[in-house]
Amino acid sequence: MVTAPARLRVDFIACAGRGLCAEALPGLITLDDWGFPIVSGQAVPPRLLADARATVRLCPKLALRLEPGR
Amino acid sequence: MTAGLLLAGTLPRLLPPEPPGLAGHTARYGPPPSGLSRRQRDALIAEVARAGLTGRGGAGFPTARKLAAVAAGHAPVVVANGTEGEPASVKDRVLMACSPHLVLDGAALAAEITGAAKAVIVVHRDVRVILDEAVADRARARLDRVRLEVRTAAEGFVAGQASAVVQWVQRGVPAPTAMPPRLAQRGLRGAPTLVQNVETLAHLALIARYGAAWFRSTGTPAEPGSMLVTVLGAVREPGVREVAIGTPVGQVLDLAGGASAPLRALLLGGYFGAWVDAAEALDRPFSSAGLADLGAAPGAGLIAALPAGASGLGETARLVRYLAGESAGQCGPCVFGLPAIAGQVERLAEGRGADLGLLHRWLGQVDGRGGCAHPDGAVRLVRSALRTFGGEW
Repeated sequence: MVTAPARLRVDFIACAGRGLCAEALPGLITLDDWGFPIVSGQAVPPRLLADARATVRLCPKLALRLEPGR
Repeated sequence: MTAGLLLAGTLPRLLPPEPPGLAGHTARYGPPPSGLSRRQRDALIAEVARAGLTGRGGAGFPTARKLAAVAAGHAPVVVANGTEGEPASVKDRVLMACSPHLVLDGAALAAEITGAAKAVIVVHRDVRVILDEAVADRARARLDRVRLEVRTAAEGFVAGQASAVVQWVQRGVPAPTAMPPRLAQRGLRGAPTLVQNVETLAHLALIARYGAAWFRSTGTPAEPGSMLVTVLGAVREPGVREVAIGTPVGQVLDLAGGASAPLRALLLGGYFGAWVDAAEALDRPFSSAGLADLGAAPGAGLIAALPAGASGLGETARLVRYLAGESAGQCGPCVFGLPAIAGQVERLAEGRGADLGLLHRWLGQVDGRGGCAHPDGAVRLVRSALRTFGGEW
């Protein structure tokens, strides 16, 4: 099955810098010097898609999104 | 389209020699088209597209595309943005003071074109009384088919950002919101919303009268028309001038009386603009295409001249400290990053052992990581300062 490439995106207005996402998905999310997530602008590799979806659900502020790529 | 009362190609278009009342305004420009049929509305959007009018608030988005997007929605609303949060800019205030009826013509037309029942005109407090009087004069003359509602703008740098203006009108809180949804789909109280800078609306009012060919008779083929420019700093007659887009930067300075001292650099576009070396910029056309490879743009129409001997880094430190304080306070990278960056630029300006590696790291960590473009603008400003004033440390 071919899935459309998806990218992670942070709503920085909602994000409070709790940092759970970077712990859950260290391969795709790191933290900046103030503790706010830096997400890779690349398409999420298929093998990490399930983990990425789980991490999106983990965010207490609902600030992390998985958006279909264009 | 009626025959032009203003000659093609001549300036000024927007700023009359004397601020006219409603009668003088109508005598100068002719009556605005009103009571448009569905077909005429679509034709007018097509005419604006042919004219090539772009937003004059800084972002430069094609106006016809915004009009069409909002017109496609149900029960839209128009917001004329005269907030002018950019601290060095006064062009929108000068326009509203000198030609309030041209701005109101444009706001009413934008409402008619998009099918909106009302236009909210959000204006800097300095010109509130002028706009109130102009709206009252129009009501007495029964000029408009749509309702015009004047509101005083919030103060502050980010208050002029389109979604912040909508939040201000709706909730009294001038803070940007996350996008999507786009304002054209869900804006003021959920209605499709057209937010358009007041100068853009004034141009729209003239295109509706005189047509696309007239509009394109000045400016460049790629960036047609005229624009208002605030010229300040080391010039003899600082103030607002209306210029053809693409006028050489040096000529724009000459229109402001010329440089009052040898020049070191120019800040182009605004506080969120870019520094350029004066000698490199003077012959360049004041247009997006003419300034692109210098990393600059006309932005909100601003040229600030820095004299030789002044500290470019010191000025930049002051600007970045200001921008850090003007964050809406919603996004972490902006809240923490801009003060950190300001601190490093201050160290650099004062020769107190700045860490350039750290500064570049922080610029990268803030760029593109806010709900609005506020942090990006500050980053662009600092990067341009590092390029332009590289010899100062």
